[in-house]
Formats: sequence, C-alpha cells, structure tokens
Amino acid sequence: MITKRIIPCLDVKDGRVVKGVNFGNLNDVSSPVTLGKYYSDCGADELVFYDITASSDGRKLFTDILREVAENVFIPLTVGGGINTIEDFDRVLKCGADKVSVNSGAIKNPDLIKQGALKYGDQCVVISADVKRVDGKFTVFAKGGRENTGMEAISWIKRCVSNGAGEVVVNSIDTDGVKKGFDIELLKEVCSAVNVPVIASGGAGCVQDFITLFKEIPTIDAGLAASIFHFGEVKISDLKNQLKENGIIVR
Amino acid sequence: MIAIIDYGVGNLFSLQSSFKAVGYQTVVTGDKEIIAKADKLILPGVGAFPDASEKLFSSGLADVVKEQVALGKPLLGVCLGMQLLFSESHEYGVSPGLGLIDGKVVFIDIPKEYKIPHIGWNALQFKKQSPLLKYVKEGDCVYFVHSYHAVDCENSLVATAEYSKDLTAIVQKGNVFGCQFHPEKSGQVGLNILKAFCEIGGEL
Repeated sequence: MITKRIIPCLDVKDGRVVKGVNFGNLNDVSSPVTLGKYYSDCGADELVFYDITASSDGRKLFTDILREVAENVFIPLTVGGGINTIEDFDRVLKCGADKVSVNSGAIKNPDLIKQGALKYGDQCVVISADVKRVDGKFTVFAKGGRENTGMEAISWIKRCVSNGAGEVVVNSIDTDGVKKGFDIELLKEVCSAVNVPVIASGGAGCVQDFITLFKEIPTIDAGLAASIFHFGEVKISDLKNQLKENGIIVR
Repeated sequence: MIAIIDYGVGNLFSLQSSFKAVGYQTVVTGDKEIIAKADKLILPGVGAFPDASEKLFSSGLADVVKEQVALGKPLLGVCLGMQLLFSESHEYGVSPGLGLIDGKVVFIDIPKEYKIPHIGWNALQFKKQSPLLKYVKEGDCVYFVHSYHAVDCENSLVATAEYSKDLTAIVQKGNVFGCQFHPEKSGQVGLNILKAFCEIGGEL
C-alpha cells in the first residue's frame, strides 16, 4: 500500500532558507543543502522549496542552490514560488526539481497548468491553492494570501485538475499559523472533489494533528508543514513512529 | 564506465548525481561509440511512451542498445526506460518497445477509488532473487510515479508493489534489468539498488 507522506516546506530567499531555523546540531541552518539532507536523513518523504525572492539575481541564486540540493538529496523535490511561465518550469526542472508548484501564476494564466502538463506530464504539475472562508464560502486567494480572487475554491481546484494538475496542495489561510490542527472540513471537501493526490497544509502544531488528519480523511495523501519542523517542535522521525503506532502506514 | 543513454527524453541530472553518490562515474551520451565502450548501460525516460519509443528508434539507439545487450552488457531501464524494455505499450495506441523482455505495458486498471497516477512511496514485495536486491530488504519503500505498468511478464518478475493489485516494480531477464520506480528519488534504498547494479560483474 502506498504510504502517507510527510513533507517539510522550506522558504528560500536569495539562496538561503529563511524563517529562522532552530537546530542546535546543524552548523549552517540556513543552507538549503544542509537542511535538505537533514530532513531527508530524518525520513522526510519529499521536500518543497518555496522561492520567496523578488529580484532576478535572487532567482538565479535560487536555481544554483536548487542544483546543489538535487546533487545531494535523493528524494522528490518540489519547487514553488515565482512560477509564471513555461520558461519558469524549464528553469527549475533543469536544475533538478521533480515537480513544479503553481499558485498565483495559474490564477493569472489558467493555461499555464495545461502547458506544463502537456510538456512535462500531469505528475509534474502541482496546483497550490491558498483558501480562506469568506462569508462562509471557501474562496481562493492570490499573492501569498493577500488578494481575494473571489473564486470559489473547490470549483477552482477541480478546474486545475481537469487542466492537468497531477497533485493539489491545499493551504488553509484560516488555520495557517494557528497550530490548532489542519482544516479538516476544507480538506474533506477537496478530497471528495478530485481524484489526484491531495496534500494538506496549514495548521499543524503537534504530532496529534497529523494523526487526526490521516484518521479523519483516509484518502488524503500527505501532510505539509514548515515551522514546527524547523523549530524542532515536531521531529519527523518521532512523528513517523507515532503515526505507525496509530496504524497509519508510513515509510 | 557507465553510460546513461541520452535520446532526448527527460532530465538526467538526478540520475547522474545519484550514481556519483554511490561512487560511480557516468557519462550522459547518445554517441554509439561511447555506448559501445561502456561497461554498463542505463536507459532513462520520463513522459509518454510513444514519443520516447519514436525517439529511441529514429535515433538508431534502439539498435545500438539491442546489440550491446546481445553482447552480454548489463542494461538498467528506469521508469519509462523500464517500460521500453518490453515488446509494446498501449499508452495512446500501440507502439513498439525494444522487446528485450516479454510482456506489454498497459494502463493500471484498478477500482476508481484508487488514484492514478500511482504517486508516492510503496513497499517492495519480492518475487524472485536478483542481484539488484543485494542491499534491499523486502518491505523497503521506493518512490513511484506512473499510470501504466508492465503485465504478462511473470517469468521476469523480481518485485512488485501492492496498489489494489500487484504492480510490476522490478524485472530482470539475464543481463537486462528494469525498475518502474525512480531509484534516484528513493533515498538510501534507491541508491542501494543503483550500487548493486554497478557491482554486477561477469556472472550473468
């Protein structure tokens, strides 16, 4: 049986991991290579690198560092941030990314998913959706959650999947940063709407939150988190052991 | 020296890096002379079968690979490269493979509640001995991404992965090997499989 995946997400700016990482035993905690290897050794099933650089120089640094990560870390790598054109797909895939995650770029140009899927296959294109409840309706936000698009989230995600997105990352703005657990209600809706892998993001605060996620939604494929892994609040090896003890199949 | 055959399909960077990680140099090449001089061959591939098959045959590299295999050189097909070892694939119509292993490649036909592609880490179940399994334990997980898989290849079946039914994961027929999953993305288990392939000597 396929295992449930645990995915740490690293924000990278100008080639360095930002959002203060707190590991006593690592010398260079802002090196994507050091951190990538560390997570891979701890049992992370996949890594997401999110490029939050705004300048073109920073973008060049990002691709250089991605290449270095890909030379040293042998688990799947997903890259997001700043993906607006098919040339951006080319740029990161050439440097060793396995999947490309699109968000605002697909909202601006819904054809981007189709183009990426046609050229590189569905498995390569991940739609990442930032979702927030507005007047009780799940609504898609763009630009890192700053801009309300007015689009209903479930139908947007369905449309992206029919355009060729092979995986969906659902980031709940309502639960993000609150550390009270994943947005089960939203994730359940997405899981019953699409038949491609769904990755939960936003809200994990402790091991129990992952157990609840996989127990409540048996069809969900993965849980993604950032700060709780970076700050060592949840250790991936402990998390996996506890998932196993709870009958959830992990690697 | 190990030659990774470049016929214009896919990103060979990760594959090359992972061989380097287990201590073996590779050359990415479409040059027939270099391929002829190599000790071992890797047939990579991502994307759709018809396009890859067309490129492999029209470049003349299909014949080169078959000649080298006939001389006893070990060949490892990875992902789509593994599917190309079979006689034919039914992805977007029927197109020919190299015919080095009996069997055909068909859509993974499983109940609707199972997601396709089969994406993620899945455990290997052993069916028979193979030098590729030298450093692998039954139940070790490897990373899959595919919508088609090989069938009617019982005689060559080395390992499977369970996903509603048994999917073909590793095959071997003499000096021809194939992995449906991505060893270069399967962490230490994947590296161990590549290492085992690199260590295969003249015993085949």
